[in-house]
Amino acid sequence: MESKDQAYWNDTSRLMWITLGLWVFFGYIVHMFVHVLNKITILGFPLGFYMAAQGSLIAFVVILFWFARKQDQIDRKHGVAED
Amino acid sequence: MATQTAGASDFTKQLGRMYGTYTGGFIGFVILLALLELVGVPNRILGYLFVFFTLAVYAVIGVMTRTMQVSEYYVAGRRVPALYNGMATGADWMSAASFVGMAGTLFLLGYDGLAWVLGWTGGYVLVAVLIAPFLRKFGAYTVPDFMSHRFGGNFARFLAVIVLFCASFTYVTAQIYGTGIIASRFLGIPFEVAVFVGLLGILLCSMLGGMRAVTWTQIAQYIVLIIAYLTPIVILSTQKYGIPIPQLMYGQAIQEITAREGQLLQEGLATAAALKPHVQPFFNYTPLNYFGIIICMMVGTASLPHILMRYFTTPSVREARVSVAWSLFFIFLLYFSAPAYAAFSKLEVYTNIIGRDLDQIRPWLFTWGELGLIKICGKDALNHDAIVAACKAIADHPGVVRLQDFSINTDVIVLSTPEIAGLPYVISGLVAAGGLAAALSTADGLLLAIANALSHDIYYKMLDPNASTARRLVVARILLVLVAVCAAYLASTKPGDILAMVGWAFSLAMAGNFPALVMGIWWKRTTTTGAVLGIIAGFGLCIFYLVVTRYYPQAGVSYFGMSSLTNAATGAPLVDVATVMADPKWVADVPASAAHPMQSKVGWFDLNNINCGLLGAPLGFIVMIVVSLLGKEPSKEMQAFVDEIRKPRGRMVLEEKT
Repeated sequence: MESKDQAYWNDTSRLMWITLGLWVFFGYIVHMFVHVLNKITILGFPLGFYMAAQGSLIAFVVILFWFARKQDQIDRKHGVAED
Repeated sequence: MATQTAGASDFTKQLGRMYGTYTGGFIGFVILLALLELVGVPNRILGYLFVFFTLAVYAVIGVMTRTMQVSEYYVAGRRVPALYNGMATGADWMSAASFVGMAGTLFLLGYDGLAWVLGWTGGYVLVAVLIAPFLRKFGAYTVPDFMSHRFGGNFARFLAVIVLFCASFTYVTAQIYGTGIIASRFLGIPFEVAVFVGLLGILLCSMLGGMRAVTWTQIAQYIVLIIAYLTPIVILSTQKYGIPIPQLMYGQAIQEITAREGQLLQEGLATAAALKPHVQPFFNYTPLNYFGIIICMMVGTASLPHILMRYFTTPSVREARVSVAWSLFFIFLLYFSAPAYAAFSKLEVYTNIIGRDLDQIRPWLFTWGELGLIKICGKDALNHDAIVAACKAIADHPGVVRLQDFSINTDVIVLSTPEIAGLPYVISGLVAAGGLAAALSTADGLLLAIANALSHDIYYKMLDPNASTARRLVVARILLVLVAVCAAYLASTKPGDILAMVGWAFSLAMAGNFPALVMGIWWKRTTTTGAVLGIIAGFGLCIFYLVVTRYYPQAGVSYFGMSSLTNAATGAPLVDVATVMADPKWVADVPASAAHPMQSKVGWFDLNNINCGLLGAPLGFIVMIVVSLLGKEPSKEMQAFVDEIRKPRGRMVLEEKT
């Protein structure tokens, strides 16, 4: 692989790991603390319940739009974006 | 290039106008029916109008978008804008089970049911990051296309078709079953006939135009289903709390439910065994199985061919990524409302049914009792007299409904909400139209995935590579109809296992597809032998675990060291394996019937068989890595190919010559 391609792929891989890290956090780690979070109540929702019912879902949607923008920036920076 | 961009934006604008008009027209249609109801048109006619009008619209779109071009048929010409592809994916994704069943599952399981909500949303992160954009760049028509190109030809293709078929066929049968249920309930025709009415609707959408027709009807179906899902719950929230945002207001309902749960126990209206606290985690699933479901559904999402192939239709790699984000947004609108349905219904049941005198029960319940979907004291709740008689038969019954006396089918939660809120029948009809749209759209996507794999991968790529375009498209249509009829026939026999099998589809897809897709893109060193053996090992283990635990639990216990799963709340075993194995009746029940006490209740590591992907996928990865490292590095050309699909710029790798 040329070094130019390698640099592009390194950036892409880094973004992949960051995004997957966020995914693991909102998909699993938060919910491991459900008992603790449930002691906090917001708008009537125990927080642990809220995270599984809505919080993580909102996070996933935001992560995806953020990811699409970031990856596009990487594509442009390395000149491999479509135009 | 400039003209092309201008053309694309004109096209998007035109789509906006079209679907805007369509949405307005649909709302107008609902209002018209509401007026008809006011002047006394009977409910049955309203039901007919709803079902036939919406079916007719889908059929018209299906016929208008017919095509004789291969790329239109398989990937909608690759010009579906991100936002619209997102809507189509939303409809493709949300099945009858999501629309009708999800809220009911949350009603029954409380917090633990949220594993499904999380599992069926978070997987899109994997789709966007790991797989979809690369498959789009590759330019495949089907997922097996990629497997074949990356992993040395038709054997890998054939394996991928098997995985696709196993994961999709039971799933599509369940969808046709769903259309049959809804059509029979609202048209008042027998289920077996209704299945074929549903089939007609499905075929009208997909047969003439393939992916192109399915895409544009799915968008129309999404609009119907989301309006239908949100309307009743928004009205209910406004009635109860004065604010039309149910997703925020059900926090109050949850507090009331929790308070009422304590009250029920104190007043002796519920036993501790019957009451499952709504917000308490891990009452129904052990933490292992709770997180297992989340993992399997998420990774399964990223492996299901009928979802992945939706991203083959976007104009560019960039749009494919944005499109995944839109997909999840449109899915999220429904999934974050489902817990609100569950909470409002539960509050209604806990306050207006449980603890009430038998003769004071609100009448909405009897409509569902007649259909056998609500039981009180073990008998269908037909009317006041019937439930009084049923409860008298129970010794020491206090004359008020206790929690343990009450049982409800999960499908009722969404369907009954309009009646609980005292809304006119037109809203019930709207909900039925939404459920039908959900079932039809998913069935279309799945059918197309199966038929395309058979026509493109098996027929064209393996049997007759010289087939002409016209011939390929004719074969594609014939196979589509054949698969559809087989699935409808199977659905009309009401196979008992079909709903459980939908959960299995995700684990099967996960074990069979995920390791090979991810490694094929992200690790150049993956060899053909490694991938093929990895697929066989992972998928094989998953199938083995499913089949043994479901159909041969005796063998599982005797030869494979399986033991009973445990009850999440108490930690006790679910079945007494020793007693069952000592009973000749159950030992002889091979393959195990649905009544067998051990079916799906034994396993390894206390792992529910829905989560078999948790065994298969890791094994697949390990085999793939080890065997690849033992073998020779893939050729320079293969590595260049992987480099090529990693970069968005440039031509598609697999460009079809037409």
